[in-house]
Amino acid sequence: MVELLDVINVGILAAAIRMATPIVYAALGGMFSERVGVVNIGMEGIMLTSALGGVIVSYYTGNPWLGVVAAVAIGGLMGLVHAVVTVRYAGNQIVSGTGLNVLAMGFTAYMSQILWGSRGASESVASIEDITIPILSDVPVIGPIVGTHSPLVYLMPVVTAICYVVLFRTPLGLHIRAVGEHPTAAETAGIDVVRIKYMGVIVSGMLSGLGGAFLSLSHLNLFARGMTGGRGFIALAALIFGKWMPFGVLEAGLLFGFADALQMRLQSLGILPPQIILMIPYVLTVAVLAGVVGRAKPPSDYKPYQRE
Amino acid sequence: MKGAARRALRGAGRSSEGAVFQVAAILLAFTVGALVLYVSGYNPASAYVAMLGGAFGDVYGVGQTLTQATPIVFTSIAFLVSSKAGLFNIGAEGQFLVGAFASALAGIYLAGLPWALHIPLALLVGAAAGGAWGLIAAVLKTRFDAHEVITTMMLTYVADYLTGYLSNYPFKAPGWVSQTVKIGASAELPRILPPTQLSAGILVALALVASTAYLLRKTILGFELRAIGLNPSAAESAGININRGVMAAMLLSGAIAGLGGACEILGVHRRFIEGFSPGYGWDGLAVALVGGLNPVGSLLAAILFGALRSGGMIMTRSTKVPLDIVIILQGLVIVFVAAPTFMKSLLRRGRR
Amino acid sequence: MTTAVQMQGITKVFPGVVANDHIDFSVEKGEIHGLLGENGAGKTVLMSVLYGLYRPDEGRILVDGREVRVGSPAHAMRLGIGMVHQHFMLVPSLTVMENITLGREPVSNGFMLDRVRMQRDVREFCDRYKLDVDLAAPVYTLPVGVQQRVEILKALYRGAAILVLDEPTAVLTPVEVEGLFTAVRALRAEGKTVIFISHKLREVLAICDRITVLKRGRVVDIVVAGDASEDRLAEMMVGRKIVHEFKKGDAPDQKPVLTVKGLASLSDRGLPALRGIDLEVRSHEIMGLAGVEGNGQTELVEALMGLRKITEGTVTLDGVDITGATPLERIRMGVAHIPEDRYKRGVIPDFSVMENLILCGQRDRFAANRVALDFDEASTCSEELMSDYQIQAPGRDTPLRNLSGGNQQRVVVGREFSRDPRLVVAAQPTRGLDVGATEYVRVKLVEMRDKGGAVLLISADLDEIWALSDRIAVIYEGRIVAVERADEATEQEIGLLMAGGRKDGEVEGGR
Repeated sequence: MVELLDVINVGILAAAIRMATPIVYAALGGMFSERVGVVNIGMEGIMLTSALGGVIVSYYTGNPWLGVVAAVAIGGLMGLVHAVVTVRYAGNQIVSGTGLNVLAMGFTAYMSQILWGSRGASESVASIEDITIPILSDVPVIGPIVGTHSPLVYLMPVVTAICYVVLFRTPLGLHIRAVGEHPTAAETAGIDVVRIKYMGVIVSGMLSGLGGAFLSLSHLNLFARGMTGGRGFIALAALIFGKWMPFGVLEAGLLFGFADALQMRLQSLGILPPQIILMIPYVLTVAVLAGVVGRAKPPSDYKPYQRE
Repeated sequence: MKGAARRALRGAGRSSEGAVFQVAAILLAFTVGALVLYVSGYNPASAYVAMLGGAFGDVYGVGQTLTQATPIVFTSIAFLVSSKAGLFNIGAEGQFLVGAFASALAGIYLAGLPWALHIPLALLVGAAAGGAWGLIAAVLKTRFDAHEVITTMMLTYVADYLTGYLSNYPFKAPGWVSQTVKIGASAELPRILPPTQLSAGILVALALVASTAYLLRKTILGFELRAIGLNPSAAESAGININRGVMAAMLLSGAIAGLGGACEILGVHRRFIEGFSPGYGWDGLAVALVGGLNPVGSLLAAILFGALRSGGMIMTRSTKVPLDIVIILQGLVIVFVAAPTFMKSLLRRGRR
Repeated sequence: MTTAVQMQGITKVFPGVVANDHIDFSVEKGEIHGLLGENGAGKTVLMSVLYGLYRPDEGRILVDGREVRVGSPAHAMRLGIGMVHQHFMLVPSLTVMENITLGREPVSNGFMLDRVRMQRDVREFCDRYKLDVDLAAPVYTLPVGVQQRVEILKALYRGAAILVLDEPTAVLTPVEVEGLFTAVRALRAEGKTVIFISHKLREVLAICDRITVLKRGRVVDIVVAGDASEDRLAEMMVGRKIVHEFKKGDAPDQKPVLTVKGLASLSDRGLPALRGIDLEVRSHEIMGLAGVEGNGQTELVEALMGLRKITEGTVTLDGVDITGATPLERIRMGVAHIPEDRYKRGVIPDFSVMENLILCGQRDRFAANRVALDFDEASTCSEELMSDYQIQAPGRDTPLRNLSGGNQQRVVVGREFSRDPRLVVAAQPTRGLDVGATEYVRVKLVEMRDKGGAVLLISADLDEIWALSDRIAVIYEGRIVAVERADEATEQEIGLLMAGGRKDGEVEGGR
């Protein structure tokens, strides 16, 4: 008989933190993008492409950290494409994001085939080792949960805090919020609206890239087709659930990370058919979107900004 | 002066919407695709020739092209209908799968009926299932203000896993493959061009194109949906019930996708096989955009994309170019179609 | 040099309209200069050119005697030109001081916001110009008059020597207008130059030293305020004597058509917008609802049309309770709506003229059966309406967005009136229209009234209310504070009531 403790235990909580990481990174990216007024639903595709890019670089250099840098750079590049389409050419934001997703699906499978021959996965590559924080890991109960993780996991709350400080304690943050809420007011205040929008979207790409890097270079050590598994979209839900605030997003990400970890644990316990369990994160996302009662008002107006 | 000229051009472009910049987007996508092929060490010319030759070179090729095009007509019209009402239903894939599975069940378990009854019934079941799946997202939107882009996307994953589970466990046919048993012979949509897999499903698709054009232009519902899509506040003031409209649009959209899934099962595969859809839902999105959100345009673009798929398979066999180049081309088309002004500025520069 | 700003030969063309036609405009240092003209005369465009939002097609600009090309608002600010727009340029969720210092925030440690210094710096300005505001309040919580003060402070903080105020009194109560005038005079005393854009004669005469009158993109004349009279200015603005009275027919047996009792409703933010409205509109009557924008008019119209939830009270039409009726049901029962924002609620710009004309009737008059539309009926009807209401368009299939504002409004009026409604709810029906279109709409409203319809006219334009109404009601903070017969009410009374005063002279609450 499966006991509750077999399911909810230290291992799963640690896994929850792990699985939250890519979602939180992507969601923070989505936050910056939406706060400058651009919807970025292409985060899924960006994460996927960055995951591949990171693996490729790690494969050829043997250094996973270079892979992470590459992933972030690729993410930024894809963000730039989205920015050019939606800001410079006032293109439809959702269509552009969807295009990026489809492009990523095709491109990653294509490259994967060319480089490694199989349509499924790449070879193993050098990946990032987990580190153990000495004193923290000895604390009872908490220790095993937070004591040993990938550096990218520990980076997650740091990045969140940085996002908070930037957004609410620096002039740049004020500018970002102004551009998203009232671009004309920002313009008349002398803010370069176009530059800020570009920046926000590129940063969202970079953060998504970081999330992708975590998946392929830390959580696993290879690239597998479609390995993001909809996390880019779950990140959007986390963003809404977290009310577009950095720490809210962190909490929401942990919730979804827990669902992800739960799904994996249940699968390994074999008590339910795998497909039913695999559904859990997605059903949860839908439930969360339904449960966000009242109108969670996004921070910006999504119209393209036109200068006469 | 520059600003005024640009604005005038934008206005002109709107009325001459035509196929001009969609065609330009396709050509540009193929150009970039050729670049990708070249950089990866393949010969773009021979790849494209193999693709087009495979797609249209002989009767068999044309038949397979149309076979691949058929499901895409359904999913693209599904996206089109919802987009007219201002909704982004990117979950056509999920609605397609659900409809496919439901129609398979109808085909299997409603045995003993004459085909004249069985086929329409199975198709109806598929459409109803797809419609219901689409309705879920509609309810989430109208009751909870949940954005349909995320919900339909999530529901697609759920549909994928759900139908996967059903075809692996309760309804699994004996043997290794994750699939159901064959549907009854009375439910089979006849093949109309042997030895290709082209079935009467394409006739259903053509009827759909005509009906959709009629719906949008000539009916009250079409009028109201378009009003909601163009200006919801004005539509509301004119007495149109926005929530009902949203539900109707998603119901229709899902039903159309579900119908497509049903035709694919009843006509081509004759059973539900896990993973049988190579992403027809995504194709539908690209096709709808390339077709200019217009039923006839969708039909033409669907044939193009069907050619890409069937020709692509032949291309892969003969030139070893990965089939995924087809998806890359699609992605490029979507990105280019997203920015009409980009296309227009390219055209302007080209003219000088 | 005593000329602060000189604009020579400014021309600005938009598709289809010459907004500024070789305009010469100059302002002396330290004066309050009025820029007067009707809606569409080109005042805002001219100032937008000065402020760097538009680039002129022809002409030059001199600031302090030096020729400049103003490339952007940032550049204009560096030149010492500050603009307070009609639609405020304030970021809603940011605080007052954050908005004021936006773009030039004080920092400590190189990149962190120095909120202490921010507060100090801004406070100093507030004290100097005697403009009192709560610096830490998010802007969206503040009333409109206060937001305007923030806008002025913003311009001053950025070193504006020349302040352009664009229709600043449009959103103010008469009491707040006085407050604004005091502030403007204080600015002049501090050596600032003020350009006061308005279409309100009386105010321009009250506050300005000199006045430039624009009409249809050209300068008509430049006068000294002390030498000019209202009538003379009006004539210059419009080109003919303004008609103040509309001849109305007799009003026989009046029966109540619309009865509203104790109506309560919430605003979009969840705050009470309507706090117990009691109102009655009779047949053969135009009931004018006067009030400063933002006192519940929008919510009232929406509640009457079924577009906003009613939390308490009843609405009765010809004796039938329609409190819970859907918009479609109300339309079918004979209610017509001319919305205050035609782009939002009135028309569908991408639909054709015909499609816009059949809106509201697509399920009834223009339905062939339960499924299809009746295109024959639609075509004949639209041809008729286009001719009856003088809608100028190439054809009935023309996209509506190609029509001028005046013609678009004719489409709305034609559509609504052709249903022979019992009740017409007309919200700001002539806003943004040129003189010809404005007169046309008013004539039609009077016609509707003469035929026996009940008209509820909501307008921020008091002149319009006076010209058209049989009775006048005043709305203030979600309540009807008075209902008078037009021939018995006085302007001072109505103005006072609009600002929250009471008939006996006291001011309600404290603002």
